[in-house]
Amino acid sequence: MGAILTTGSAMHDGLAILWFLLIAVLILGYFILDGFDLGAGVLYPFVAKKDNEKALVRRAIGPLWDGNEVWLLTGGGALFAAFAPAYATSFSGFYLAIMLVLFGLIFRAVAVEYRDRDTKWKKFWDGAFFIGSFLPALLFGAAVGNCIAGVALVGAGSTAHLAAGLAVGDYVGGFFSLLNPFALLCAIMGLVAFITQGAAWLALKAPVGSEVHQRAVKFRSLFNIIELVVFVLLSAFFLLFVLPTFDGRSGMLFAYVFAGVFILGWIVARLFMNKGNDLMSFLASNLIPIALIGITAASLFPNLIPAAANPEGVVTYFFLPGQDIVADSITIFSAANSQLCLTAMTIITCIGLPLVLVYHVIIYRTFRGRIKEEDLVEY
Amino acid sequence: MELLFGGCGVFAALDAVLLARIQFALCVIFHFLFVPLSIGLGLFVALAETRYYKTKDPKDRARTMFWAKIFTTTFVIGVATGITMEFSFGTNWANYSRYVGDIFGAPLAAEALLSFFLESVFLGIVLFARDKIAPKLYLVSAWLVWFGSALSALWILIANSWMQTPAGYQDLGTKAEITDFWGAALNPSTVARYLHTVDSVIILASFCVMAIGAYYLLRKRNLDDGARFIKTGLTIGIITVILMLPFAHMQATVVAEQQPAKLAAMEGQWEDGPADMMLFGWVNEETQTTTGLGIPGFTSFLASFDTSTVYPGLNTTANAVDFSSGKYSGVKADSYKGGNPPVNITFQAYHLMVALYALLIIWLIIAGITLKGINKAKKPSKLALYLMIFGPLIPFLCIQAGWMVAEIGRQPWVVYNLLETAKGVSPVVSAPELLITIVLFVLFYLILFIAWLRIVLGQIKKGPQVDGKAEAPKVIEIEDAAVPAVAASEGGE
Repeated sequence: MGAILTTGSAMHDGLAILWFLLIAVLILGYFILDGFDLGAGVLYPFVAKKDNEKALVRRAIGPLWDGNEVWLLTGGGALFAAFAPAYATSFSGFYLAIMLVLFGLIFRAVAVEYRDRDTKWKKFWDGAFFIGSFLPALLFGAAVGNCIAGVALVGAGSTAHLAAGLAVGDYVGGFFSLLNPFALLCAIMGLVAFITQGAAWLALKAPVGSEVHQRAVKFRSLFNIIELVVFVLLSAFFLLFVLPTFDGRSGMLFAYVFAGVFILGWIVARLFMNKGNDLMSFLASNLIPIALIGITAASLFPNLIPAAANPEGVVTYFFLPGQDIVADSITIFSAANSQLCLTAMTIITCIGLPLVLVYHVIIYRTFRGRIKEEDLVEY
Repeated sequence: MELLFGGCGVFAALDAVLLARIQFALCVIFHFLFVPLSIGLGLFVALAETRYYKTKDPKDRARTMFWAKIFTTTFVIGVATGITMEFSFGTNWANYSRYVGDIFGAPLAAEALLSFFLESVFLGIVLFARDKIAPKLYLVSAWLVWFGSALSALWILIANSWMQTPAGYQDLGTKAEITDFWGAALNPSTVARYLHTVDSVIILASFCVMAIGAYYLLRKRNLDDGARFIKTGLTIGIITVILMLPFAHMQATVVAEQQPAKLAAMEGQWEDGPADMMLFGWVNEETQTTTGLGIPGFTSFLASFDTSTVYPGLNTTANAVDFSSGKYSGVKADSYKGGNPPVNITFQAYHLMVALYALLIIWLIIAGITLKGINKAKKPSKLALYLMIFGPLIPFLCIQAGWMVAEIGRQPWVVYNLLETAKGVSPVVSAPELLITIVLFVLFYLILFIAWLRIVLGQIKKGPQVDGKAEAPKVIEIEDAAVPAVAASEGGE
C-alpha cells in the first residue's frame, strides 16, 4: 500500500473530508430510518400471523418507507457526486451482490404498495416483502465488511489486468471472495441490527396488548441479546485478524469511542426495554446504528475502498490473487471529485438537507402514536 | 466472475458492450413507461384536490383519491425501477461513471435530496393523512408531490442533456472536470429538452384521463365522473399539445445547432445542403440513399428560418468536421469528431414521433366533438369512445419514439463528441453476468407489469368511490342529468 496522497489543496482536502462525513451521515440516516422498516419486513412473517396483523405491520411503515429509502438513493448519488471512482469500483465490482440488493429493493417497494390492492396475489407479495427486506438487510453489512477489510483492486502496476482492458481501481476479487468470514460476520451484525430496530419500531407502533405488540417485544428483547453477542464476536475477530492488516488508517481512536457508544446504547435500550418504555427504548436503540456507522467510518478513514494489504493474509485468504495486484487504496483524496464539484454539492446540501429534516418532522409528527383500528380501515 | 464462468466458451462470443446496452435500454424503456404517467397524473391529482378544496363536494374528494391511487400504483413502479437506473451507472457503466462523475453525479444526488424526499414524504401524507391534517395543508401536500416529481425531471434532464450537449467542463482525458456549474447545468439543450419532456408527460396523462372518462361513458356508469375526466383531460390536452409546437421546435433547433449528425440521421440526409423535411421514407444504409417524400429545405427553414441554410450530410459527419469555416452557418458547435448513428432507426423513430403527434391532434378533435355532444345531452358515439379508450397508446409510443431519436441518434457517443459508448462500460462485468441479469430483469419486470396492469384496471373498474363511512362527509346526491353543469365548470383550473 502506498502512502496517502492528499489532493494538494487544503480546501479541497477539507471538502473531501466533509463529504466523507456527509455520506456517513446519509448512510446513517438510511440505517436509522429505513433500518426499522427493513427490520419490520424481515420480522413480518414471524410477528404477524393473521391478515389484520399483517396489515398493521404494513401500516406501521406504509406512509414512511418510501421517504426512508430515499436516504439510500441520496447516499448513492452523493457517493457518485463526491467520489465517482469509488462509486464505479464498488457498484461494478460487487455486481451480483448489488443486483441482489436491487432486486430485493424493487420487490419490496412494490410489495408494500400492492399487497393491499391485490388480494389475489397476496401470498406472492407477502413473500416478496419478506425476501425483499431480507436480502438488502443482509447484504449491506457484507459490503461494509469487505470495504473495511480491503479488497483486491487493480493497481497502476497491474500490467496484465490493464492490458485486458480493466481500469485502475477495478475490483478483481470475484463474487465468492466477498463471502469471507469477516464480511459474513458483518452481514449478520447488520441483519441483527436491522431486525432489532424493526422490532423496536413495531413495539412502538402496535397497539399495547395486541399480539403483534407482544411478539415484537419478545423479538426486541431476543435480538437485543443476539446483537450484543454478535458485536462481541465481531469485535474480537476484527481486533485479532483484521486490524493487524491495517496500514495508514488514521481514525481508529474514534472506532473505540463508537464501540463505547454501542455498549452505552445497548445498556440504555435494555433498561428502557425492561421498564416497558417502547418510545425510549426505540430512541436509545438508535445509538447502535450510530455506533456501527461511526466504527465503520473511523476504521475506513481516509479510505473508501482499501486495497487488501496482503492478499494472501488472514482476512483475505479467500482471495485468489493475481500476482500483479499492487493497487493503491481508493481514498477520499484519490477519489475526490473536483473542488468546484464538491463546493456546488455542499451548497446544494446546505439548501436541501434542512428541508429534508423539516419534511421528516412533518411526516413523523403526522403519523405519531400507535396505529389505531380505524387507521387500518381507512387504509 | 472469471472464477465462475472462465471456462464457458459459449459466453466468450457474447459482446459485453452490446449486452450492457440492451440491459440499459430495456430497463430505461420500462422505467419510462411509468415515470411519464406518474409525473403527468400527479398534476391531475393536484387539480382534482384543488377542485375539492373549493367545492367540498364528496364526489370531488372521491376523484382525488381515485387519481391518487392510480398515481401511487404507477409511481411505486417508477421508484422501484428508478433505483435500477441510479445503480446502473455504477454497475454497468463504471468507466462512464469515472469519466463523468465530476458532472453527472451532482444532479443525481440533487434529484434525490431536493425532489425524491419531497415527493415521497408528501405522497405519504396524501395517501394516509386525509383526516389527520388541515385541508389546506393536504392541498399543499398534493401540489408538493407534483412539484417534487416535476423537479426530479429537471435534475435528471440536466444530467441527460449534459450527455447530449456537454458544456462547462474541461476534458482531462480520463475524466471530464466541471469548470462552470451553471454552464454545465444549463447546457445548450437543458431548457428545450425539459420543456419538451414535461409537456409530453402531461399530454400522456391527459390522454389517460380522457380514456378512463370514455370508458365510464361507454359502460354507462360514473357518468358525471366520465364527463368530468374527458373535460379536464381535453382542456389540459389541448393546452399541452399546442405548447408542444414551440417546445419541439426549440429542441429540434438545438439538435440542428449542436448535434448535426443526429439531425442528418433524423432526415436521412447524406449530402451537404439545405435539410429537407421528409414526410415518410426509407433509408438504405448500404447504398447510402434515402427514398421518400419530403418538403425541400423545410427543416433548414424550421431550424434557421432560411430554406437555404446548409447542414452537413451523413457523408460529412462520418468523419471529423470543423464547423468554423462558416459553410454550415446553422451549426453552432465548433467541431465534430465524426461518427454516425444507426440512420434508419433514427429516421423512422423521428418520423413515427411526428406522425403520432398528428394523431394526437385528431384524437383531441374526436374528444372535443364527443364532449360537445355530452354537453348537449346527446349520446356519444361508441366508435369515438373506443378510439379514446385506446388513445393513450399514441402518446406512450410517441414518447418512446422521441427518446429513441434522442438516445440512438447520439450514438456512437455516450457523451456527445467526448466519450464513446463502447468505452463507458464496466470492464469487470462479464457478458454472462449481464446475460443473467438481463433475463432476471425481463422476468421481474414482466411480473411487475402484469401486477400493475391488473391493479390499475381494477382501480379503474372500481372507479371513484363516494362511500358513507363515518369519517367521510355526508353524501350529497347529484343526479346524472346534472353532468353538463358539473362538467362545464371545470375549465377555470
